[in-house]
Amino acid sequence: MASASASAFEYAPAPESRSVVDIAPSYGLFIDGEFVEAADGKVFKTVSPSTEEVLSEIAQAGEADVDRAVGAARKAFEKWSALPGSERAKYLFRIARIIQERSRELAVLETLDNGKPIKETRDADLPLVAAHFFYYAGWADKLEHAGFGASPKPLGVAGQVIPWNFPLLMLAWKIAPALATGNTVVLKPAETTPLSALFFADVCRQAGLPKGVVNILPGYGDTGAALVAHPDVNKVAFTGSTAVGKEIARTVAGTRKKLTLELGGKGANIVFDDAPIDQAVEGIVNGIFFNQGQVCCAGSRLLVQESIQDELLDSLKRRLSTLRLGDPLDKNTDIGAINSAEQLARITSLVDKGAAEGAEPWSPECELPSSGYWFAPTLFTNVTQAHTIARDEIFGPVLSVLTFRTPDEAVAKANNTQYGLSAGIWTEKGSRILAVANKLRAGVVWSNTFNKFDPTSPFGGYKESGFGREGGRHGLEAYLDV
Amino acid sequence: MSEKSEQQRLSVFKTYKLYVGGKFPRSESGRVYEVTDSKGKWLANAPQSSRKDARDAVVAARKAFGGWAGATAYNRGQVLYRVAEMLEGRRAQFVHEVADAEGLSKSRAAEQVEATIDRWVWYAGWTDKIAQVVGGGNPVAGPYFNLSSPEPTGVVAVLAPQESSFLGLVSVLAPVIATGNTAVVIASERSPLPALSLGEVLATSDVPGGVVNILSGRTAEIAAPLASHQDVNAIDLAGADEVLAKELEIAAADNLKRVLRPQPVDDWTAAPGIDRLTAFLETKTVWHPTGSLGASGSSY
Repeated sequence: MASASASAFEYAPAPESRSVVDIAPSYGLFIDGEFVEAADGKVFKTVSPSTEEVLSEIAQAGEADVDRAVGAARKAFEKWSALPGSERAKYLFRIARIIQERSRELAVLETLDNGKPIKETRDADLPLVAAHFFYYAGWADKLEHAGFGASPKPLGVAGQVIPWNFPLLMLAWKIAPALATGNTVVLKPAETTPLSALFFADVCRQAGLPKGVVNILPGYGDTGAALVAHPDVNKVAFTGSTAVGKEIARTVAGTRKKLTLELGGKGANIVFDDAPIDQAVEGIVNGIFFNQGQVCCAGSRLLVQESIQDELLDSLKRRLSTLRLGDPLDKNTDIGAINSAEQLARITSLVDKGAAEGAEPWSPECELPSSGYWFAPTLFTNVTQAHTIARDEIFGPVLSVLTFRTPDEAVAKANNTQYGLSAGIWTEKGSRILAVANKLRAGVVWSNTFNKFDPTSPFGGYKESGFGREGGRHGLEAYLDV
Repeated sequence: MSEKSEQQRLSVFKTYKLYVGGKFPRSESGRVYEVTDSKGKWLANAPQSSRKDARDAVVAARKAFGGWAGATAYNRGQVLYRVAEMLEGRRAQFVHEVADAEGLSKSRAAEQVEATIDRWVWYAGWTDKIAQVVGGGNPVAGPYFNLSSPEPTGVVAVLAPQESSFLGLVSVLAPVIATGNTAVVIASERSPLPALSLGEVLATSDVPGGVVNILSGRTAEIAAPLASHQDVNAIDLAGADEVLAKELEIAAADNLKRVLRPQPVDDWTAAPGIDRLTAFLETKTVWHPTGSLGASGSSY
C-alpha cells in the first residue's frame, strides 16, 4: 500500500504457518459434552473472508437444539453450582492454561475465520482471552469478598449470544464470569465465525469440564432469538448491534431473566491543541483501524481542535499511507479483511452516503486483493454532526473528522450521539483530561491511549450502547442473583 | 519397591540447604543441627542459620523488591499459579516429608499437601483483585480525582508456624508475596525440611530469585536480627511464642515495622480471609485536580 516510498518499505512476505491448526471438514453442535448434528440436519458453511475459501461445514442449531442444550445446561447447573468455588476456580485455571498453550493454533484459526491480522489475534485477542479466564478463575472462590453480600448465588442457565468481531474474546467475556459464579452456559457464536467457539469446546474437554456446563450452538439470528426466548434461561447476555439489543430487551420483558447488553458505539476521539501529535496519530489509527474498525468501542469520530487540524490531518494521512493491507496471516499486515460480504456492503453503502451528503472521502493509494472482502482505510473531512457517517455506526475502517474550538464544544459534540460506549482524550494537561472525562457520557474513557482492554477493567456502555459491565469486579454482578 | 531391592540399593541423601537470592547456600556459619521425625529418628542435618545469613537474606529480598513489586499483578498471579503446578508434580515428595515432619499418616499428610497446593491457587487469584477490594476512588468534596490503591510494604520477615511445617508455612508466605512484598522466612525450627524443599520448587517456578528467602535454624536466634533490622519493613510473628513475640515486637518498633502478632490457629485448612494480605499493604492516595468546564456538555 505504501506508494512513493514503496521500495523503502518493501517487506518480504512473512506468513504465519497454517499448519498449526487442523480444521475438520465439518463440526456439530456441542451439547452436553458431545458434538451432535442439528435435529433438523441443517448445516451452513463458514468461509475465510480474506479468500472466500470454505473452511468447514457447521451444524446449524434450531429450536429443538436450543431446547436440548438448555436442558443439558439446566441438568449440569445443580452440580456445577454446588461445587466449592475453589474447585470451579481450578477448572477455569485449567482452561486459561490450555488456551495459553494452544494460543498460536487458536490465533491462526481466528485469523482464518474472521479475517483480522495475525498480529492482532496473536498479540491482543489470545492473550486477553487467556487472561480473562485466569482473572475470573480467581474470583470463583472469593465471591464473598466481591461486595455482593456474604454468599452471592448464581442465576442458573445463561444464554449468551456473541458477535463476530472478537469471536473468542467475546466468548471469554461471557463464559468466564458465568462459570466462575456457578452458572452454566449455552452460547451462540456468530454465523460467520463459529470455529473458535467449537475449538473452545475441545479446550473444555481437555480441561475435564463436566458435561453440560458449556454448550455451543452455532447458528444465525433465529438461533439466538430462540435461545434468548427459551423459558428455562435465567440470564441473557448479548454483544452485538443496538437494533438486535432492543429486540432482545423486548423479548425478555415481563420475565425474570437478567439482561446485560453490550451494543454499538460511535466513539469520539478528542484531540486538543496541546496533544503530542505523533502519539495522537498512532492512537487515532489504532482507534479506528484496529480490527478494520469492526469494534464497538472504535474511535470512529475524530474531534480535532481547529487550530491543529491541518497539521494533524497531514500526519494522519502520511501514517495511513504506510499501513499494510493484505493477507491476514502475514505477520506484517496491519489491515485485514472485512468479516463478510454483508458487512462490506453495509460499509460501502454508508461511505457512499457520506460522499453523497457532502463529506469528502480520502483514502491512501491502496491495492485491494482480488478475492475476499476488503475495504481501504478511509477518512472523511468536512463532516457535520448531521451527516449519517457522523451518527450511524459504520463498523468498518472509516473515520469521520469533525472539528471544535473549545473544550465545551468538544464535549457537546462528543455527547451528541445515541451511543455512549467509549471516548478518547488527547492532551498533555491532566486536569483537562479529568474535567472532560467527567463530562463525557461514555462507559470507557481512554486518555492519551485508545482501545486498551484488561480483564480487571469493567467495560460497557451508557445510553443505547447497552447496560451492564463486563470485566473486573463489576462483571460478576451480571451473573449473580443480586 | 520390595524389601529386597531396598536392601540392595543404598539411597542417596539430600543435603538440605538454605534458599537465598535464588541460590542454595549452606549457612555461612558452617553450622548444622539434627532434624528428626516425630519419633526421634534422624532425618537430616539442616543448616543452622546465623545473624549473617539473616542479613544476607534481607539484602537479597531488598534487591528483588523493585522488580517483584513492579511486576503486573497478573504476572505475579501467573507465577504463584506456577508454584501450584510445580508442587502438584512433586506431591509425593512433600507428602513423604510432611508425614515425617509432623508424624502424620500418609493420608493425613496428603490432605495437608493438597490444601497447600490449593492455597497457592487461592492467593494466585488474589494478586489482581486485592486492589479492587481494598482500594477505590474517593468522592472528595472538591474538584479532585482521588484514588486510593494498596501497595506492598517492602521486605517482610516471616516466622513460619512451628507446628504446621508446610501448609502453615505457605499460608503465611503466599499472602506476603502475592501483593508484591518480598520475604525472609524462618522455617519451623523442629520441622524445617518441607520449607527447605519448597525453596527447590520456588526456584523452578518463575519466582524471581530473592523474592522468597528461606532460612532454617533456631527461630529466636534468626528472628532477633530481622526484627531489629532497619531495612526490614514488616514482620509476621506466627512462629513465635508469647515471650519471643513480645521481645521481637519491641525490637520491631525501632523503625516502626508493621507487626502481625501470632494468632492461635487450630486448623490451617480453614478458608483464609484477606487479613494476611492487608497486613502487609500500604495505602497510597493520589489527588489530582479535575479542572472545570463549567456547566458544559449535554446531560443526555
